[in-house]
Amino acid sequence: MAHIARKSSFSISLIPKIVLFLCALISIVITVGIAFILIRESYLFFSDPEVTLKGFFTGKQWQPMIGRFGFLPLLNATLTTSIIAMSLGIPVGLAVAVYLSEYASEKTRGILKPVLEVLAGIPTIVYGYFALTFMTPLLRSLFGDDVVEIYNTASAGLVIGILVLPMIATMAEDAIGSVPKELRLAAYALGGTKLETTVKVVIPAALSGLSATFLLALSRAVGETMVVALAAGAGPNLTANPFEAAETITGYIVRISGGDVSYNSVDYNSIFALGLVLFAITFALNLISRTVSNRFHQEYE
Amino acid sequence: MTTSNASKRAIMALSHVDIHYGSFQAVKDISLPMYEHHVTAFIGPSGCGKSTVLRSLNRMNDMIPGSRIQGSVTFDGDELYGPNVDPVLVRRQIGMVFQKPNPFPKSIYENIAWGARINGYRGDFDELVEQSLVQAALWDEVKDKLKQNALRLSGGQQQRLCIARAIAISPQVILMDEPASALDPIATGRIEELILELKERYSIVIVTHNMGQASRVSDYTAFFMVDEHRTGYLQEYAETEQLFLNPKHRKTEEYISGKFG
Amino acid sequence: MNNMHTFLRFGDASERAHHIDKRRRSGLVWHALFISATALAVLFLMLLLVSVIDSVFGYAALQNEVEPSQLIPGARSVSDFSRDELESVAEKHLSAGILRRVQYENPLSERSDADLTRLIEQYIVKPRVLRTWGLWDSLVNKDVSLAFVEANEQSYLVFRNWLSPAFLVADQSADPLKAGIRTAFLGSLWIILITFLVAFPIGVGAAIYLEEYALDTRLNRMLQLNIFNLSAVPSIIYGLLGLALFVRALEPLTSGAIFSGVVDNTANGRTILSGGLTLGLLVLPIIIINTQEALKAVPDTLRMSAYGVGATQWQTIWYHVLPASVDRILTGTILALSRALGETAPLVVIGASTFISVDPSNIFSKFTTLPIQIYQWSARPQGAYRNIAAAAIVALLILLLVMNSTAITIRNRLARKKRLAS
Repeated sequence: MAHIARKSSFSISLIPKIVLFLCALISIVITVGIAFILIRESYLFFSDPEVTLKGFFTGKQWQPMIGRFGFLPLLNATLTTSIIAMSLGIPVGLAVAVYLSEYASEKTRGILKPVLEVLAGIPTIVYGYFALTFMTPLLRSLFGDDVVEIYNTASAGLVIGILVLPMIATMAEDAIGSVPKELRLAAYALGGTKLETTVKVVIPAALSGLSATFLLALSRAVGETMVVALAAGAGPNLTANPFEAAETITGYIVRISGGDVSYNSVDYNSIFALGLVLFAITFALNLISRTVSNRFHQEYE
Repeated sequence: MTTSNASKRAIMALSHVDIHYGSFQAVKDISLPMYEHHVTAFIGPSGCGKSTVLRSLNRMNDMIPGSRIQGSVTFDGDELYGPNVDPVLVRRQIGMVFQKPNPFPKSIYENIAWGARINGYRGDFDELVEQSLVQAALWDEVKDKLKQNALRLSGGQQQRLCIARAIAISPQVILMDEPASALDPIATGRIEELILELKERYSIVIVTHNMGQASRVSDYTAFFMVDEHRTGYLQEYAETEQLFLNPKHRKTEEYISGKFG
Repeated sequence: MNNMHTFLRFGDASERAHHIDKRRRSGLVWHALFISATALAVLFLMLLLVSVIDSVFGYAALQNEVEPSQLIPGARSVSDFSRDELESVAEKHLSAGILRRVQYENPLSERSDADLTRLIEQYIVKPRVLRTWGLWDSLVNKDVSLAFVEANEQSYLVFRNWLSPAFLVADQSADPLKAGIRTAFLGSLWIILITFLVAFPIGVGAAIYLEEYALDTRLNRMLQLNIFNLSAVPSIIYGLLGLALFVRALEPLTSGAIFSGVVDNTANGRTILSGGLTLGLLVLPIIIINTQEALKAVPDTLRMSAYGVGATQWQTIWYHVLPASVDRILTGTILALSRALGETAPLVVIGASTFISVDPSNIFSKFTTLPIQIYQWSARPQGAYRNIAAAAIVALLILLLVMNSTAITIRNRLARKKRLAS
């Protein structure tokens, strides 16, 4: 007789499944935790009589001492450093990706890809050191001591550009490499040169993947902390001049929380409100990036 | 398939051509003419080198690392692999249609205009697009949606678009690498009709594993075989009617009657 | 007829030749641009490394509080002292309290010459740094350094290797000459340990669930998407989470009060445990995603053959799937931990200590880490701090290099074993 019936109705093999499911659920807990904490503390922040929503989003001064809580100076500095970073990172990163994907020999790729990996693995604090000890003096000697302050957003922005460069190069190379070979062959067969094929057929075909890369890199630049903490400046400053010192959102959070701050002060709550803004910006960028990237995969699969 | 013997000249010719990939010899001692305004078909079992030979006709083999060619490939009397020949210019005059339709992810209009534009075309682009699509028997189906993305067309339409794209740069020869093998029978039939129309203006070389197709569309057929070293060679070349009804070699006859693939 | 068309629409032969030359030329220009961009990227890396290493070695202009010649007439430096002179100077000039402590730990007469020299220099001579120069400057512009020493009385030049063994084992100090990274290094190690203990089991568990058990339901797709989003959240947000949750809300737990094991009443939840938990959450999504990739790479036929002999799902996973993917899982985990090692912002937000003199003794201790030490030293304007920051950076990079090489070696070794076995 075949013994194939189960003894009891409860299957002991459910236990691993439940335990593992709980592990996976922790990720939801984290997200909920982040959202909850940021929102709650922000609520406390905005409940403070000195703070108003309108003042926060439109105020041009951030001086808690005198009750001014306008976040525009911080946002402006964040945008300045990020835009400078993208201006360096995107062209160079894309060019490196094109070179790796279309022009480089196997040997060259074998050398370059590890170089990019090493650059990607260097902790951001080292880039911060580099910004302060190399980039700033360089800018000062190029443009003059009186033009470039010791702390400035240009220096931080450029170094953040170098920081995101490996990420852009690697992801862009993936996107370009995913373009099917047949498209290149078709272009060559029409008498296209390598440049024409690459620039006018391959890159446009990889556009969604490339856009996703750039958005992700921007998100990374916005969230970058240590480089700006060391090199950009320690006081909010609403200015269009990248050679001046200015504090970014992340720089402010790190400065305040690194100091002595009591738990129930408006300063403490303010870092969470700013954290919420930061989270919202980077979350939106990441979401758009994923949507664009999914559309890219759909086109070719 | 009737052929016109009147004033035919070989627009292209292969003479004692060997092709190597690294140390592997892909084909040896290929010699055959391809006549202007006629269709020449390459048939043979898989791995016999017919695609390799086709690719050598527009210097697409150049892109395969380690490929080497010996012998003479002439186009319009000139040596295709001569010292001052630019492959890019070659491909403008000898076009190619691939096995799997590969339109650019651009609009139908752009697909056709692109090749002409990079080659310095100076005429009216609208007219060029229309003429190319008319010749490719696709105009009526797409004339109202030229700006639509080409990837939305059906497989058969995409392939005719690729043919229109190749035509747009006014080549003299069109090479086709199994152009209908990825298509359904009805679309295949339309491509075959198209080939017969196109030979009025162009010279066509087509690789096909479908013998019915070869006998239907081609004027001349080259039958390739592969030897014990996996090197391809030309077993027999003749007018199509001749080769199919009265093959000279036993292997040709065996292949045609389906004894091996 | 075709030829006529060609002539009319694409230009005559010479125009066509000219046009193709132009196309070829722009091809070359852009090719050169692409290569320069790549060279630029490599250049950045080299500049980074070179500028760091440049600060690790170099001349330092020092000035002594008490000159050796004041202690023993005629002596240029403490290393000129004889054995007797060393002992007598130490006895005579060390302050009472220090002398007592020193004698208690190890009597002067039993200490080595090097040890006595060190004591005398540290507590009596007390050199301090006036200026430092980088390696390049020291080699090429030596006269600048010499001129400086000339201009400043009583100062002298020393060629210093800031990344010395002494540097590695010394503890924190406000004096750059004496400061070391031991405390920070130990803090880093403790925190990474906690990070690993937290993130590895949960991460691998979650990945196993998502890859092996989960059906393609809406909940599971949401879980997957959520994990991807978490991996892209800026690290400072995790710091805020840690601050509010572990340091503040769970303070009794993280400060050890619950276990009545409070080490330091001033820690207030800013302990190694909090730091480790926070970084654990940060690397969790990375470990999950990496483990998922490792599991995906295991061919289905392996699972099928296990089921075929009647194994349960868990047995299949534990005895077949995991062993087949363990190399990639380990490699990815080590890489994730090396990322955590370099993290600064979240730990600063949580409240790493700015100055602790005691090594961390357990998970409820206050802490500082290597990156945070680098941050603090980099932020000080005085020249010598730049040098020790650079030295600490080199130490950190070497540590990361070791970790990454280990990861890659593990992967290669296990991959080879698999190949040989199959």
